[in-house]
This record gives sequence, C-alpha cells and structure tokens, in this order.
Amino acid sequence: MTPVTAGRARPAHAGRRRRFSAAAPPWFFAAPALVVYALVVLYPAVSGVVYAFTDWSGIGQDMSFVGLANFRTLLGDEQAMGSIGNTLLLTVAIVAVQNGVGLLLALGVHARLKSRALLRVIFFSPVVVSPVMVAFLWKYIYNPDPSAGLNGLLGLHVDWLGDPSVALWSIAGMVVWQYAGYSMVIFLAGLEGVPRELHEAAMIDGAGTFQRFRYVTWPLLAPAVTINLMLSTIGGLKLFDQVFAATNGGPGYATETLSTVLYKQAFVFGKFGYSTAVALVLALFVAAVSLVQVYYLRRREVTA
Amino acid sequence: MRRTFLLEIVMIAVAVAFLFPVYSLVSLSLKDPGQISRSPLALPDPPTFDNYGSAWSAAALGPSLVNSTVITVVSLVALIALGSFAAYFLARVQSRLGYGLYILFLLGIVLPFQLGMIPLYELVSDLGLIGTHAGMILFYTGIQLPFTVFLYTGFIRALPREYASAAQIDGASHLTAFTRVVFPLLRPITGTVLILNAVFIWNDFFTPLVYLGGSGFETVPVSVFAFVGQYVSDHGLVFAGLVLGALPIVVVFLALQRYVIKGFSSGLKG
Repeated sequence: MTPVTAGRARPAHAGRRRRFSAAAPPWFFAAPALVVYALVVLYPAVSGVVYAFTDWSGIGQDMSFVGLANFRTLLGDEQAMGSIGNTLLLTVAIVAVQNGVGLLLALGVHARLKSRALLRVIFFSPVVVSPVMVAFLWKYIYNPDPSAGLNGLLGLHVDWLGDPSVALWSIAGMVVWQYAGYSMVIFLAGLEGVPRELHEAAMIDGAGTFQRFRYVTWPLLAPAVTINLMLSTIGGLKLFDQVFAATNGGPGYATETLSTVLYKQAFVFGKFGYSTAVALVLALFVAAVSLVQVYYLRRREVTA
Repeated sequence: MRRTFLLEIVMIAVAVAFLFPVYSLVSLSLKDPGQISRSPLALPDPPTFDNYGSAWSAAALGPSLVNSTVITVVSLVALIALGSFAAYFLARVQSRLGYGLYILFLLGIVLPFQLGMIPLYELVSDLGLIGTHAGMILFYTGIQLPFTVFLYTGFIRALPREYASAAQIDGASHLTAFTRVVFPLLRPITGTVLILNAVFIWNDFFTPLVYLGGSGFETVPVSVFAFVGQYVSDHGLVFAGLVLGALPIVVVFLALQRYVIKGFSSGLKG
C-alpha cells in the first residue's frame, strides 16, 4: 500500500515574487528522477492504456486493435463482473470497520492510560509485517476445525474461508486486524493536535463527553479522517496479497477481486490485452475515489 | 481516577484479544504435530524448537534475507538521492513548466501500478533484468518516486530559502549549497521517507513474485510464500517459518518504534 499524504499543495509561483533569481536550482537536479519515473511509471502506464484496446497475448509483437471488445468481454465475464462487486464490498467493509475500530482504539489510547505506550505498539505492530505472512497466519486462525483457531476460541463451527457467503468478510476481517493500528496512529496524531483549552472551554460551558467529541474533537479530526479514508479506500480497491495467499479468489469466485482477476488473466491465461483492460477499470475506480474524497472531505476541514 | 482505570482494563482486554493470532502463531511453532492435533489452543507442553531449525533451511531464509536487504537498502539510497534532488528543484522553480512537472509526479501516487504492470514487465525483460536485484531496485525506485518527491517537496517549500541563498552568496554552487546546507536540514522528512519506503519495499510481494520467482534471488515474502505452499499441512513448521520471516522487520520496528509510528502518522503534517 502506498501511503498518501494530504499536504496542502500550492503552486510554487503563487503569491511569491522572484527575490533572488539564483535561488532556482538548475534542471539537472530533476533530470535523473524524471528519467526513472518516465521509464518505470509513465511509459508503462501509457502503454497499458493502449494495450487495453488490443488482443495482445504477451508473446511477441503480434497484436491488433480490437476497439472496445475487451470491455464488452468484461461486461459479459461473470468472474470479472463478480470481482468488481467483491472489490467494492470489500472496500466498503474495510473502510468502515478499519476506521471505526481505529478511531475507538485511538480514543482509548489517547486517554491518559498507564499502558498507552505499550498498547500503541501492540495495535500498530501488524502494520509492519508482510500482508502475505499475515494472510497465512489468518488462514490457520480461520481453520474450519471446530477445536482450533478462531472456532476453538469462540466455540463456533464456521468454515471461514471455505463458505462462499462468509469468505469475503473473513478476508475483510484479517485486513482490519492488520491495519486498524495504522488508522489508529493517524487518528492519534489528529487527537494530539486538538488544543486542550478547547476541551476545557467546552467543559466549562457544560458539554458532556459525547458533545465534546461531536463538536470539538470531530471537526478538528477532519484532516485525519481524510487521510484515513483515502488510504483505506485505495488499499481496499487494490487488495491482492491477502486474497492471493488466503483463498486465491475462491471458493468459486467468491473472493475474486479486480487485482486477482487481472493477475490471472495475464499470468495464467496469457490474455495480456484483456488483463490491462481490467487494470484500466481498476485505475478509473481509484482515480474517481481519490478525486471525490479530496473534493468532499476537504470542504469540511476546519482549523483550530 | 476510576473511569481511567476502567478504560485501562477494557483496553488491555482488547489488546489481549487482539494478540490471539500472535499467540497461536508462536505457540504452534513450538509444538510437534501430535501436540498440534491434540491441543491446538493450549500452551506448548513441552515446547520444541525443532521446527525452527527445519524451517530456516527449508525456506532458504538466509539467502532471502540477503536479497531483501540488498534490494531494500539500494532502493532507499536511490530514492533519497533522486527524490530529494528533484524535490529541491520542484519546490524552488518558479516557472509554470516546473509546476506542471510537479503535478506529473503527483499523478504517479494515484495511478495503480497494475495499469503499467505488463508493459513494465516487458521492458524489464528486454533490459535483461528479470530475476536480478537490479530489476527490482529499478522498479522500486521508479514506483516510489512520486510519493518520495511529494513528501520532500512539501517539506522543502516550508523551509526558508535564505539558507541556500546565504551559501550561494558565499560562493557555493547549487550542488554544494544543496548537499552541504539544504540536505542536512531535511533530516526529519528523510526519516519519514526512509521508514515508509523501507516497510513497503521489504514487504512487497506481487512484483518480486513475478520478477524473481524461481530465480534464486527471491525476497523474504516470496520465499515464505513458496515455503508455505510446499509444507502447507505441517502447521508447526509453517509457523516457525512465518515467525522467522517476520522477525527481522518486527525487531527493527520494536527498536525504532517511536520513529516508525511517527513516520506513519506524520502524513498529517505532510
């Protein structure tokens, strides 16, 4: 997951006058980065868009333009269409639960507890571990055996990853377990930025705990909310490692996501053109969500 | 206060429940197959360390640790060098073209890499870099540059220009002014860049699986993936492998936890 930071981007030339002309460094400072960026990101992305309209098989240069055929195939492809639904459901579940849990953990840890430093480390620690390894661990925790793992602990008899109606939510559960601590630390940084005087003033005015949260803390937490929603939404839309390791899209197509479908189409079936068409759909989702979130969430941000 | 005490008890209970998977991981890795099937939830009695020895050699973790370390360290050096220089230019240039270039870099943060995944594979393959450290280093440097440039540019814009100007009035070139005066001032953001990129690169799975799978240059997550696939039914062995695979980054995290958590949460101040 690539973290996205919500800095306040301003044009470099806005509101400043040229005071010292020698202050601008020469072009060659940016040249090496630009070359690597163009080679590794820009050129492949542009080619990807082109391939999405071809029937390229990935071998040799033998391909022809097929117009929108890949996208028509996609509309009739049960696996791909199902994966879009799964991806959206997973994303909504992860965003809601991960941030809800993250916020509660942050509020708990933010109170002046003796164990707060230790709790913070415990809740955050899964974030630094490889998602593939976390998925393998949870694959065992989700063991259908009633005496082992989560079933053994809770006295249940659920086939967490084998039951098509449960598997998707089980995947969401392991992602939330791993990343709730990430949301927590971002909310914590937001909470630390809320001036204590505001709380004291609200208390003097007779505001209760909930009212102080609702009218003092919550509005000032807006930047943290923006970042958390963006990070978890983009992470959810691109989800691959956990699904690939835990279920590989199964049972049936029950946990197939856009990322697992495009992987299989390319590296299992050799349909590279079709695979990039699926990738383009994913890219459009991510871009749309980023734009909407930046636009709407920025408007409710206030400063202390 | 009584309320704080109650909250403390609740939070500790939540933490204990939260750690259940970790308890399972460690306790199973210390059991033999008989114990695992008889009493999967109980503490290991007696604990056995046999799984660790077998997992270490079966998962080829020694070589993978070297591969992961080389790839992560060289990529980080390249990212910091290329990213900070480019950001210094982008933060200080006054032209519209410079601003356009900055936006072009930001585009890379939003773009999912899957879009360019296949053409990039073809390119890296044409360069003869599939199955090499160099191929992975090129990939990570490119793919993480937008985010790195973004963090550095934001920080440099908030930095007074006078530091570099003073050095230049004293006769320093742009290059000297940047490397001697400006770059040392970037230490806080360099720390953030280092931590976020290191965790991402160390744990990344998809691309090393595709580029390095079967090459003998696999990184830790790819080796662990192959190892688990091979010994899937032997939970004790698999879990010992998972513990060993996760241990290096967890140890580094625990040693530097304040900085790591600060790095991850500093997105706010960006």
